[in-house]
Amino acid sequence: MNSRTLKRILGDNLSSYAFLAPWLLGFFFLTLYPMIYSLYLSFTKFNILQPPQWIGLKNFVVMFTGNAQSPRDERFLNSLFVTLRFVFISVPLKLVFALAVAMLMNQRLRLIPFYRTLYYIPTLLGGSVAIAVLWRRLFAGDGVINAILRAAFHANPPAWISNPQYALYTLIILAVWQFGSPMIIFLAGLKQIPQEYYEASRVDGAGAVRQFISITLPGLSPIIFFNFVMQMISSFQSFTQAYIISGGSGGPLDSTMFYSLYLYLKGFGFYEMGYASAMAWILLVIIGVLTALIFRVSGSLVTYGTGE
Amino acid sequence: MKRQTGHWIYAGVVNFVIIVVGVGMLYPVAWLIAASLKETNTIFGDPGLIPKAFTTQNYVKGWGGIGIVGFGAFFKNSFLISSLCVIANVIFCSLTAYAFARLRFKLRRFWFTIMMLTLMLPGHVTIIPRYVIFRSLGWIDTLLPLVVPKLFATDAFFVFLLVQFIRGLPKDLDESAVMDGCGKSGIYVRIIMPLAVPALITTMLFTFLWTWDDFFNQLLYLNSPAKYTVPMGLRLFLDSTGISSWGPMFAMSVLSLVPCFILFFALQRYFVQGIATTGIKG
Repeated sequence: MNSRTLKRILGDNLSSYAFLAPWLLGFFFLTLYPMIYSLYLSFTKFNILQPPQWIGLKNFVVMFTGNAQSPRDERFLNSLFVTLRFVFISVPLKLVFALAVAMLMNQRLRLIPFYRTLYYIPTLLGGSVAIAVLWRRLFAGDGVINAILRAAFHANPPAWISNPQYALYTLIILAVWQFGSPMIIFLAGLKQIPQEYYEASRVDGAGAVRQFISITLPGLSPIIFFNFVMQMISSFQSFTQAYIISGGSGGPLDSTMFYSLYLYLKGFGFYEMGYASAMAWILLVIIGVLTALIFRVSGSLVTYGTGE
Repeated sequence: MKRQTGHWIYAGVVNFVIIVVGVGMLYPVAWLIAASLKETNTIFGDPGLIPKAFTTQNYVKGWGGIGIVGFGAFFKNSFLISSLCVIANVIFCSLTAYAFARLRFKLRRFWFTIMMLTLMLPGHVTIIPRYVIFRSLGWIDTLLPLVVPKLFATDAFFVFLLVQFIRGLPKDLDESAVMDGCGKSGIYVRIIMPLAVPALITTMLFTFLWTWDDFFNQLLYLNSPAKYTVPMGLRLFLDSTGISSWGPMFAMSVLSLVPCFILFFALQRYFVQGIATTGIKG
């Protein structure tokens, strides 16, 4: 290789990197450096006004075990369990609904584009403050849901939002209500399954249930798996709805104290930013471990391709 | 003949079920719109969708806002931030995507993997350091912390979406452009950008909607009511007014959803494409 080709290759690389430069700068200064800095902060006591003060593992000890000097922070573990409950109830329910509706729509219906639009509206609007405000009113003690329940069943329903036993379920309903995007993805996936499979199995005398188990589910398994992972990751980070519905408190009695909400309160309410950073890293580890675990388990359940 | 009728009945039942479930799902939204047109003292406990006493007063009162700041200011702020984010994302995400999809350089695969990892990264690990950085720059209570990160293609989701799309474009056009003496930037501007318009529209749509609805970052960085956005304005309304102003509150909630509705109905097919091709979020 002579010096001219070397120069050309170098120049080629350089001009390509020029296109990547904004992203690279952003990655180093807005992602990588902040990540390292927050890892450092998680071992400190830091209130943003004074410089961080190294305290070793204390933040983590307070979260999980506590010791003689510093008792365990019960609210932390509570927020973790509230979030886990929210994620592992709402995500499967959401996917079940999405799949059920997608299968219902996966026929030669003339109005499919219209239906798809109709069912996507909750997803379009559901993340907004406006809908959270609405939810707070709908499920209040004197709200519309209770008015309907009273009229229909002569029941005496509780005040869902202000009852620690039920408040989380109003958030779960709100999350499940927004099943539009997995539904659209499932619908696209269902169209990919060759129709001949169903016809062949019908000839062999397979019923609808049998077809669902041996054709539909295996055919969709990569999509189901993918949806599950992505929905899980984003559900872990839910914030707005719990914030608005509980008025920023995570109440009643911390029953809607999502992990993100507690992290926000610790970092920006109490200015315990070292502790909040430690929480952020624990969340990263939890999501990482769960994702790896799901990948592991799914290895045996997910079938890629049709074996042709 | 018999089979035909059977089919019709079956299709009828399916259509019926889909419509009933769909209408049930939309009931809360319909009720919200109806409630915004009812007088405040008749809102609660009334599941009906037709106001008994129709009024537009809620919109008038709500638009006046709280204290000295009207809702018009919140809308202006939201539109400004959302539009700036849309412009920045279209330019910088597409630049990055072009590099990943078409250019050859050392460590390309490595950087692409890193980019995909940031897609899965929970934002929490960067929140506090970013806050510290922006604070030291004096950017708190300005729109800069909300917009500037977009100048660095930090929304990996859109980079991924655009990479997928650009990879699917035929390469012969690039090659003939090279023959004609087009450089890398020429190809980007003259060939890739025009062909990638559908994916760019999807990018614009979702950037707008997510910025419009983004509450967390606005809550972190905006402190003074004059700088508030629509979601922050709604929260302020919720916190500072009693039961008497649910009517105006609902009226402003409805208004806050209008831009989303308009965009959605105007650009529906880009929504479906965006969701179906990348299958993430929403």
